Amino acid sequence: MSDPNEVRKDGQDENEQYSLNDDRRVKTLSPGALVAKRFLRNRVAVTGLVILAIMFVFSFIGGAITPYEEDQLFYRYDQVDKQYAGVTENTELRYIVKDGSGFTSLGQAQFLLAQMRGNETFEANGNTYTYKEEGKDFYGIYDASGSELLALATYDIVSSSTSNDKLAFELQYEILKAYTGGQKSFTYEGTAYTVDEFGSVTAGGQEAAYVGRYVVNALSTDVFLSRQFKEELIEHIEADQKEFTFTNADGVQAEYTITYDAGTKAWSVLESVETRVLDTYGAPSGAHLLGTDRNGMDMLTRLMYGGRVSLYIGFIVVFIETIIGIILGGISGYCGGWVDNLIMRIVDVFYCIPSMPIIIILGAAMDAVRVDPQIRMIYLMLILGILGWPGIARMVRGQILSLREQEFMTATEACGIRASRRIFRHLIPNVIPQLIVIMTMSLGSTIITEATLSFLGLGVKFPFASWGNIINDVNDTFVLTNYWFIWIPAGVCLLLTVLAFNLVGDGLRDAFDPKMKR
Amino acid sequence: MKKFIIKRLIISVFILIIVAFVIYVLMRCLPTSYLEQVARQKSMQPGSKSFEEWMAQLSATYGMDKGIIPGFIAWCGKAIRGEFGDSWKWTVPVVEKFNDCIWISFIMGAISLVLELIIAIPLGVIAATKQYSKTDYAITVIALAGISLPTFFFASLLKLLFSVKLGWFDLGGLIGRNYEQLSAAGQFMDRAHHLVLPIVTLTVISVGSLMRYTRTNMLEVLNADYIRTARAKGLSEKKVIYHHAFRNTLIPLVTIVGGSLPGLFSGALITETLFSIPGIGFVSYQSMVAGDIPFSMFYLVFLAILTLLGNLISDILYAVVDPRVRIA
Repeated sequence: MSDPNEVRKDGQDENEQYSLNDDRRVKTLSPGALVAKRFLRNRVAVTGLVILAIMFVFSFIGGAITPYEEDQLFYRYDQVDKQYAGVTENTELRYIVKDGSGFTSLGQAQFLLAQMRGNETFEANGNTYTYKEEGKDFYGIYDASGSELLALATYDIVSSSTSNDKLAFELQYEILKAYTGGQKSFTYEGTAYTVDEFGSVTAGGQEAAYVGRYVVNALSTDVFLSRQFKEELIEHIEADQKEFTFTNADGVQAEYTITYDAGTKAWSVLESVETRVLDTYGAPSGAHLLGTDRNGMDMLTRLMYGGRVSLYIGFIVVFIETIIGIILGGISGYCGGWVDNLIMRIVDVFYCIPSMPIIIILGAAMDAVRVDPQIRMIYLMLILGILGWPGIARMVRGQILSLREQEFMTATEACGIRASRRIFRHLIPNVIPQLIVIMTMSLGSTIITEATLSFLGLGVKFPFASWGNIINDVNDTFVLTNYWFIWIPAGVCLLLTVLAFNLVGDGLRDAFDPKMKR
Repeated sequence: MKKFIIKRLIISVFILIIVAFVIYVLMRCLPTSYLEQVARQKSMQPGSKSFEEWMAQLSATYGMDKGIIPGFIAWCGKAIRGEFGDSWKWTVPVVEKFNDCIWISFIMGAISLVLELIIAIPLGVIAATKQYSKTDYAITVIALAGISLPTFFFASLLKLLFSVKLGWFDLGGLIGRNYEQLSAAGQFMDRAHHLVLPIVTLTVISVGSLMRYTRTNMLEVLNADYIRTARAKGLSEKKVIYHHAFRNTLIPLVTIVGGSLPGLFSGALITETLFSIPGIGFVSYQSMVAGDIPFSMFYLVFLAILTLLGNLISDILYAVVDPRVRIA
C-alpha cells in the first residue's frame, strides 16, 4: 500500500541537502507560534504565567483535595472560668436567733453596747435581756430572768457537713459552746458528739458539722460544697495561694483559681471548666496550616474556595464585557454613520456613569432586601459586566475602523459575503490580539473591584468565601493587630493573582505587537 | 477651536442629562431608602401616625411622590438653580455638606498627584531609556505591582506597620484626641500628620499607571525619526533624551494630567473610608449605604460632570499643546 519513497519524503532526513531556494530550508512558523515564542522569551511575563498556574491549581485543585469543607466549623475545648464559690472571713459578731424569740437587730445593737460597757443587762423593744459569755468570742443572750436562751452571738460559724440545711438552734449552741469552751464532747438529744480542735464535729464516727471563722458559700444552688473541699480551700487561702486542685469524692479533679477582692474582703473561687467552643482565630497549626477564621473555619480552605470565587467572577464578568463589547463595538465600527454615532454616545454615557458608587448603592440595596448570597453573586457579575463593556467596545470599534479600509475587506465585499459574516469572521479575528490583551488586563482589575466590594461587605457574602471578604475581618482593629494569618495570606494571593494577570497581559501585548520591541 | 469646544460642550450636556436620568431612575427604583427607615422609626413612637401616613408625608416633603419622569424634571429644574435639596442622612443642605468635606479630599488628591508626578515621570523616563535592562524590569514590575495592589490591602498593611507596630500614626480619623487643646499651628500639624498614610496609599496605588504611561510614550518618542536625527547630529545622549525626547513625551503627559485634574474633586472613596477621613468619598459612601437619595444623586451627577470635564480638558489640551493636532 505505502510507497517507501513517500515515507522518506515525510520523515525528514537530516542529512538530505536542499537546494538554496528550497522552501524546506527555511523553518516557517505560524503567526501564533511567533507570538508564543516572543511571549516565552519575556521572563517577567512567564513568571506571571507561572504564578497564575499556581493560583489556579491552588484554587481549583486545592479546594478539591483539602480535607475540609468550605464552611466546615471547627471546635476546640477551652478552659472557661466559672464562678464557683465565695469565701469570707468572719470578722464581726454574727447572731443566731432562735425562731420566735423576737430578738431583733435593735437588740443586737444594744447587746454590743452593753458588752462594750461591761453592763450585765440591756434593753431593746421594751424587753430586758441578759447575756453570758459562754466561751471565747461566744455569747449567749437570755431573757431578763436568764433562763431562756434567745440568741447566740458568735464569731465562729457552724455549718452542717451533710447538706446546705441549717442545724437546729440548740445543736448549734452546744457545738459552739463546746468548741469555744475547749470541750471535747457533748451530748445532744441522746447523741454523743465530739469536737476536735479544728472544729470538726462528729457523731457516731460520722462528721455531722464543723465550726470555723470562714464562711464558704456555693454560688450556684446545685453545688454542695463538701467539708473536705472547704477545708482545703481555707488552707489554701490561709497559705495565700492563688490556685489549687481538688479531687472530689467521685474522683473528678478540677482546677480552681482563688482571687481576693479587697473591697468586699472576700475571696471568690473560680472553677475552670472545659467547654466546647468554636475554634475562632485559632493560630496556625498542623491541622489548620493558616489557622481558623472568625467563624472557626479553616483559613487555608477558605482561601482556596475564595480564589475559586474570585477567579470565577473575574472570568464571567470579563466574558460578559467582551461579548457586549464585541457586538456593539463591531456594529459601530463596521456600520459607521448614525449607528456608530448612537452606539458611541451610549458608550460615552456608560463611561460617565460612576461605576463604583453605583455598585455600592446596588450592593447596599441588595443588603436591604436580603438577596440570597448565591443569587447576589450572579447579580454582582451582571452588574460588573454591564458597567464594564464600554472600554472593550471602544477598542474594538477603533480597530475595526482601521481594518475595514484594508484590501482584504474590499475583497470580502466583492465576494458578496453578508455583513454579519464579514464582521464576525473577517474583522473580529483580526481584533483578537488586542482583545486578549485587554481581557487579561481587565481580569485583573475585575478581581480587584470584586475584592474591594467584598471587602466593604457589599460583594460576595458569607457563607461564600472570596479573597475580599476574607480580608474584611481587618476592619476589626483587634484582628488587624493580632491575627496576621487571617488577612495577609488573602491579600498576598489577591496581589499575586492580579499582578500575574497584568504581567501576562503586558507580555502578550509586547508579543502581539513586535513593533514596540524595536 | 471655539466651534469644537462648543460642539463638545453641547454633547457633554446631552450626555450629562442622560446619565443623570439613568442615575435618577436607579435611585428611585431602589427597594428601600432612608425615608422608609425614618418613617418606620417615627411610626414606632407612641401615639404616632401609621407608617403609610408618615411615608406619604415624607415622600411629599422630599418630592418623591411624583412619577419618575416628572420627578426627574423637577430635580433638574432645581439642580440648575443649584438646589439639591436637604441630605436625609446629614440633615443639612446637600451643598453645605459637600462644601464641608470637599476640600480635604481635594488637598489629599492634589498632594498625591504632585507626588505621583515627581515619582512617576523620572522613573518612567529612566525605564524607557534603559529598555530591557534590570532597572527597566524592576520599574515595570513595581509599576504593575502598584496597579495590582488592592487599596484596602495596602492600607491595612500600612496601618499594621506604621500605626500598630511602630505607633507613628493614628489608625484613622483626621484629628487627634487632643486636637482642641492645640494651637493653630499644632492643629495644622495634627491634620497633616493624620493625612500622611492616606496620601501614601493614594500615591502608591496610582503611581504605577502614570509610570507606565510615561514609559510607553517615551519609548514611542525614542523610536521616532527626529531622535535618530538628533543622535546623528552628534548631540550628547543627555541632550537627546532630556531636550528632544522628553519634551515630546510631555505632550501626552500634559493631556492626561490635565484630564485628571477634575478628578481631584471626586474624592477617594476606599482610602477615605478606610482611614475614616471625612472627605467627600467617605461622606458619600455613608450616604449611599444609608440610601440618602439627595446626597447620592448629587454626588453621582457631580462625578459624571467631573468625568466629562476631564475628557473635555484633555481633548482641548491635546490641541493646545501639540501644534500638529488640528481640530476640524
